Amino acid sequence: MSVNNEFQPTIVAFCCNWCSYAGADLSGTNRLQYPANVKIIRIPCSCRLNPMFILRAFQRGADGVILCGCHPGDCHYTTGNYYARRRMTLLFSMLDYLGIERDRTRVEWVSAAEGAKFAATMNDFAATIHKLGPNRRLEDLRCRKD
Amino acid sequence: MQERLKQKALELLENGTADRILGWKIGEFFYDLTPAVFKTRQEIQEEFVYSPFAGANLSKYLIAESRKGGKVAVFLKPCDSYSFTQLLKEHRIWRENVYVVGVQCGGMCDMEKLRAKGCEGVLSVGEDGENIVVETLYGTNVFPRAELLEDRCITCKSKKVVTFDELIGEQGTELESDRFSQVAQLEAMTSQERFAFWQKELSRCIRCNACRNVCPACSCEKCVFDNPGSGVRNKAAADSFEESLFHIIRAFHVTGRCTDCGECSRVCPQNIPLHLLNRKMIKDMNELYGTYQAGADPDTKPPLTDFTLDDEEPSIVHTRGGQ
Ligand code: SF4
Ligand code: SF4
Ligand code: SF4
Ligand code: FES
Repeated sequence: MSVNNEFQPTIVAFCCNWCSYAGADLSGTNRLQYPANVKIIRIPCSCRLNPMFILRAFQRGADGVILCGCHPGDCHYTTGNYYARRRMTLLFSMLDYLGIERDRTRVEWVSAAEGAKFAATMNDFAATIHKLGPNRRLEDLRCRKD
Repeated sequence: MQERLKQKALELLENGTADRILGWKIGEFFYDLTPAVFKTRQEIQEEFVYSPFAGANLSKYLIAESRKGGKVAVFLKPCDSYSFTQLLKEHRIWRENVYVVGVQCGGMCDMEKLRAKGCEGVLSVGEDGENIVVETLYGTNVFPRAELLEDRCITCKSKKVVTFDELIGEQGTELESDRFSQVAQLEAMTSQERFAFWQKELSRCIRCNACRNVCPACSCEKCVFDNPGSGVRNKAAADSFEESLFHIIRAFHVTGRCTDCGECSRVCPQNIPLHLLNRKMIKDMNELYGTYQAGADPDTKPPLTDFTLDDEEPSIVHTRGGQ
């Protein structure tokens, strides 16, 4: 039973190893604050993100999912993020079409040097999800936390 | 038409063009034509059927048939030929083992629509030009074909047989159809309304997997839905999550490969409008990445295996469609 009834969103951030993950590191070393309930999952490239990972995250209790990758043109594997961009656009569009709130998913390009951008992005995304409330439309009741 | 196809089947078998024929025969009911392989003259004469209920798309069966050695002849309607061409593009069918007879098509009929006409005791259904002739216990009824057409045939995208070795009937052309109007209506709704719409539709799903099994694009050797470790193998009794997950994943897997053949919606025992999901993806790709029709030719790159430097960002979703 939870004592604190204030909604604490769970946020999953898939971060590309070569940029945003390092960006997250940098924001840490610079002591920039971002919410502790942002759970980072490191992936080798934004293109590694199988759309099913996003759905699975929602199933297991995420309230928002964000993908961070290298800026277009800067992908370590040259073109991975271009493919990811199309894939995510279509996936988000389908989720929107099914009536899932648009704000629950996001893609942001964050380089290894952009520690400040990383923290700002996470703060902003967390605030957005906080306002949206818990994910109810794409949840698995069996995995419900409360 | 049935006679012409039958004659062709016999001819191909006899002149050695093929050693077996992929066609249709009567399944459980006369309106339930099922794909079948015919190996002898007798089988063809006794069992081969082509009628306004020959909706089943035979292209998927060629994945297995074309690998068996020997040569198989197949009848493909225009929409089936798109699926066939798409499968060729994906290197799934061994083209050299297949002889394709394209069949021009006036549209397939929906048994529910015939029932709605009050036809009872139906014995057989035949065609006579633009009319459908229904023999019943109580006499003969004639209906204009247009009144009995399957929904997918009302919005038929093309009468062109894309790939063939010979053709029965005239070659057709691509059609202007308004197959995206229902998608546009949904897009114009609010997010809450859309959610309610899909929840109502998808929660009826019994996870029979018929839509996957019939789909030419869903021909993976190992499907994620057969993998016990995927967590989406069976229907969960607990809630509707697995249904939405199943449909999102399947629709996404066929994105860029779905030819909009309409088989999934046709076979769904729960009448779930699956085409509305596939068409949404097709519409999006057309609008964002330029018009693309899967199966229209063997060469064009599908949108998801391609990109341009100035593609839209995923946040475009915020500014398209309804609220
Ligand atoms: S998803 Fe449906 S319409 Fe698309 S190819 Fe498969 S069966 Fe045909
Ligand atoms: S659902 Fe996906 S994995 Fe299964 S057959 Fe279809 S495309 Fe393949
Ligand atoms: S055919 Fe219909 S009921 Fe069966 S799994 Fe597909 S959507 Fe569900
Ligand atoms: S390596 Fe970072 S997006 Fe490809």
